[in-house]
Amino acid sequence: MNAREPGEPQIIAEELIKRFGTFVAVDHVNFRIGRGEIMGFLGPNGAGKSTIIRILCGLLRPSAGRALVAGIDVAADPERVRERIGYMSQKFSLYRDLNVEENLRFFGGIYRVPHNELADRMRFAIDMAGLRGREKALVSTLAGGWQQRLALGCAVLHRPPILFLDEPTSGVEPASRRRFWDLIHTLAADGVSVLVSTHYMDEAEYCHRAALINQGRLIAVGSPEELKHTALGGELLLLEGDSLGPTLAALTDAPGVLDCSVFGNALHVLVRDAARSLTELPALLEQKGLRPTRVEPIRASLEDVFVQLIAIDMAQRRQAA
Amino acid sequence: MKETHRPIVEASGLIKRFDTVAAVDGLSFTVERGEIFGLVGPDGAGKTATMRMLAGVMQPDAGSIVIDGIDVVSDPETGKQHISYMPQRFGLYEDLTVDENIRFYADLFEVPARDREERAARLLAASGMSQFRSRLAGQLSGGMKQKLGLSCALVHTPRILLLDEPTTGVDPVSRRDFWRILYDLREEGVTIVISTAYLDEAERCNRLALLHGGRVLYCDTPAALKQHMPGAIVAISSPAGREARAAIAGLEGVGDALLVGDGVHAVVDNAVLRIPQLREALQRANVPFADIAVGEPSIEDVFIALLENGRGLQ
Repeated sequence: MNAREPGEPQIIAEELIKRFGTFVAVDHVNFRIGRGEIMGFLGPNGAGKSTIIRILCGLLRPSAGRALVAGIDVAADPERVRERIGYMSQKFSLYRDLNVEENLRFFGGIYRVPHNELADRMRFAIDMAGLRGREKALVSTLAGGWQQRLALGCAVLHRPPILFLDEPTSGVEPASRRRFWDLIHTLAADGVSVLVSTHYMDEAEYCHRAALINQGRLIAVGSPEELKHTALGGELLLLEGDSLGPTLAALTDAPGVLDCSVFGNALHVLVRDAARSLTELPALLEQKGLRPTRVEPIRASLEDVFVQLIAIDMAQRRQAA
Repeated sequence: MKETHRPIVEASGLIKRFDTVAAVDGLSFTVERGEIFGLVGPDGAGKTATMRMLAGVMQPDAGSIVIDGIDVVSDPETGKQHISYMPQRFGLYEDLTVDENIRFYADLFEVPARDREERAARLLAASGMSQFRSRLAGQLSGGMKQKLGLSCALVHTPRILLLDEPTTGVDPVSRRDFWRILYDLREEGVTIVISTAYLDEAERCNRLALLHGGRVLYCDTPAALKQHMPGAIVAISSPAGREARAAIAGLEGVGDALLVGDGVHAVVDNAVLRIPQLREALQRANVPFADIAVGEPSIEDVFIALLENGRGLQ
């Protein structure tokens, strides 16, 4: 948890707890997000990602602990917090039967953008979204990528220093998605702090730091590189061959093997020591008449890390219970 | 018995129009027996329309589909006996329990009573749902609903399984469980056609068709697809990504550069040639960087490169 935190913290969560009845949705959560930093929230459905974001937006009161957003205690003054944040959800919450300009003007009203600034801010949003020339187009006629950028434009009309994005790119075209992330990086470079939740593991690569959340707890935080290098607790081997089923069975309890799973035409094998397993495993398989055509070390993906850390966390919880 | 070498699915020249828009625009592909074949592409690529035509629940405007020797277009009813189709919104009964849903589909598919209990137990164990058998389907998470849907679709033993975006909105852990079940089925000889908007999921298929605008951009194994990446990806680790990108913009042989959390991923024509030049450019501009290395292209990189090169069609 010693990754970089550029700038002074804009979001501080200290010992946050949220209970619904006896269910603990957020369980002693601590983190900080710096000025201009992009932080990703990754976790299974129901892990508590949205609950944390709702607490930070001032929509839910924490049961215990403290959340500071732009220096303001959210529980004490949620109204002032809301003026300083932008929020965009996967459903984009645009009015489909209004045109581009009408949507922007509507959100300008909601976010109380001063009248003399509105035209300027709308121009900024239209340029940012690449929607110049389409100001009169109905939202329902725009492709997903355009809608997404317009929704982002609406969310930043009032120049919030903090931006919350809840699964913002579901189902959007890859090229549009890249353009979207480019915008997010531009905003961050201008000092906006961004908290984004996502299911796309490859999307976490765009974040400066990512937090893995499981059953209400933060189980790891770090830059994508840090997570891939240290969080797995072992090294990954790729193994290709004909009889993957028997190979998988043979490797599951093999010495030095921590985990093994099928991946397309190959197996991903998590081992304690790659150099050692590279010689040991083929020999062990040979004894069972199995001859893999290729065994080589590979870099772990964030998904590998994610799945492994969740498995470890679940095992620890079972032991504790 | 003589082994037949005919592909189990042959789709040829498929066209489907909605009003004036061609959702599927001349699609052709084949699926081999016992493989996991992916229809991969963003929303609007034509995945769902293609799946529906394969399942025999939608008629194409043109083209032919032959599944296991049966012409599905002219004889959809016979086709359905060999196919299990799981649409995006699988019809689970939310006010029935997990067990009751499975029993319902077992009745529907006329699964013999003696096979039922064993099969249900195995499917639920594989999806990690054994302890939820008496829970109402309406109270399951998104990922668990998808796994229950799959269990229901598999309660009989289909030769071909058609899965339309089964993992959309499903978290990575449940997605892995789901794929583990698919690999087990493949071991049993079931042929699987699966559609997904997650480009990274393409890596899990034996072969895939990359779809865009109702057409096949490319069709092959994931490894072969990556060979078609023109040039290479170079990963620059730098705390100053934007400055790094500005410093390398416009250099000869350097194409698109993408800002990522750890720095920049740039497309170059030749990594060996360009890495020293990139290093020099960064040093000249005083941009701090930790490392420059050749990166593995993702399916998304290839997808975008194929689109940009205007190469369509097989």
